[in-house]
Amino acid sequence: MRIAALAAIALLPVAATLVAAGEEKIVLKKGPGVDLVRKDCVSCHSLDYIPLNTPFLDQKGWEATVAKMQKAYGAPIPPEDAAPIAEYLAKNYGKR
Amino acid sequence: MINRRKFLAGLSLPAMAAIARDSNAAAKIWQPGELAEGAVDTAILEALPGKVPLIKRAYRPPNYETPVDYFREPITRNDAFFVRYHLSGIPTVDLKTWSIKVRGDAAGPGLTLDMAKLRKDFRPVELVAVCQCSGNRRGMFSPHVQGVEWGVGAMGNAKWTGVRLKDVLEKAGITDKAVEIAFNGADGPAIQTTPDFVKTIPVQKAMDDNTIIAFEMNGKPLPHWNGFPARLIVAGWTGTYWMKHLTDIEVRSTPLTNFWMATAYRVPAQLFTNADPFPTQLAPASKPITDIVINSLVTSIHDGDRVKRGQMVDVAGVAWDGGRGIRDVEVSTDGGSSWVLAQLGKDYGNYSFRTFMHKFRVPAEGSPVVMVRAYNNRGDTQVEKLVFNGAGYHHNVVPHIHLEVA
Repeated sequence: MRIAALAAIALLPVAATLVAAGEEKIVLKKGPGVDLVRKDCVSCHSLDYIPLNTPFLDQKGWEATVAKMQKAYGAPIPPEDAAPIAEYLAKNYGKR
Repeated sequence: MINRRKFLAGLSLPAMAAIARDSNAAAKIWQPGELAEGAVDTAILEALPGKVPLIKRAYRPPNYETPVDYFREPITRNDAFFVRYHLSGIPTVDLKTWSIKVRGDAAGPGLTLDMAKLRKDFRPVELVAVCQCSGNRRGMFSPHVQGVEWGVGAMGNAKWTGVRLKDVLEKAGITDKAVEIAFNGADGPAIQTTPDFVKTIPVQKAMDDNTIIAFEMNGKPLPHWNGFPARLIVAGWTGTYWMKHLTDIEVRSTPLTNFWMATAYRVPAQLFTNADPFPTQLAPASKPITDIVINSLVTSIHDGDRVKRGQMVDVAGVAWDGGRGIRDVEVSTDGGSSWVLAQLGKDYGNYSFRTFMHKFRVPAEGSPVVMVRAYNNRGDTQVEKLVFNGAGYHHNVVPHIHLEVA
């Protein structure tokens, strides 16, 4: 169901609440690019998806993941952010 | 591999709930030893409203897994049933304004159903069936693949009450042009650019007696997190088709080609050749995932458990498949050299968990390695070696449960 349609059938959209209870506990590793991750990734999902998928994706794997978010899921990631985000993920959550 | 991260095994369910209140619970959740480090580290027991504490895989969209101890019973409790969403726009549905629309270019005149009509205008049916996420056990893949890193608990077995989809489609006036039926639920994406989660099933499966629109789960209204007020039950097929918070049924004369059908939830065309067909969604290299592969789960013991010489040990658990029904469950306690038949529990029908039990005495020498493999009525059994596929589906590898003799 599209968001626009929710109001039409008088449902109560919780979608307006951006974060779920508990998300505040998620801590990402510090490093260049973490601010971009926090800015660009949270509109659609909690950031625990990142450590959850650790440590088995290499640089290419994380690049492909960021590309999938943009192309398949329409994530609002500015084009110039994609490379530094993938780099941060590969460096901090990548295959060792 | 000896798994030393254990924990809830052996505790009673109330004890498990007590542990959940402990903020250091993560170390105490039993999880398969095959999981990646990150999946273990991020898992904590957390309770969504109305649920007991479940293993949190991801907060938003919510993905919560049922701890293994709840599978000691053949029917999974509503408040312990796993939660899985793709998209984070999840409304609380108001029953007073909710309805299901049946429409489409092969629907005939169509139909709008509210809960009163759904209950009154059709013959109610009951069915016990396993709902299993396509990606259950993804986290146990080797090599690991990306996604929600599920352990063994992205599944549950419930008695569903509802009406046959076939009866609804016939009342709507389905025509012989119909090839696929599409389903949409009240939940949706957080942002407009993400494709809404809409799935189809082939008309043959839609007209199956065991495909139903359910409004009760184990005799109670569906929990919010499991699709209140009504969801689709596609008995035998993986959870991706079991649309929650059902609001829209489109009877189509053409295949649906959205992301969720054409790209996601597919397996390589040459694998799983025994699978149920989905003729209108075949591509040269891939096909949709369809029915659940034969599988079993041992709930009584876990890899690395300590036992004593001469002690009696229970090998108990559940077995299930995509609807052929469980014929046998075989148990080996010597690493696969010899096998015996386990005793099967009550038969709740071909789509249900079937419990099994075998008792053995820890021998005077050596360390037992317990293996279990289920067979269905077609003769399918579990695999020795993972059938690798990039999406992480259909993990039904025969386990090797090493017991340490104290």
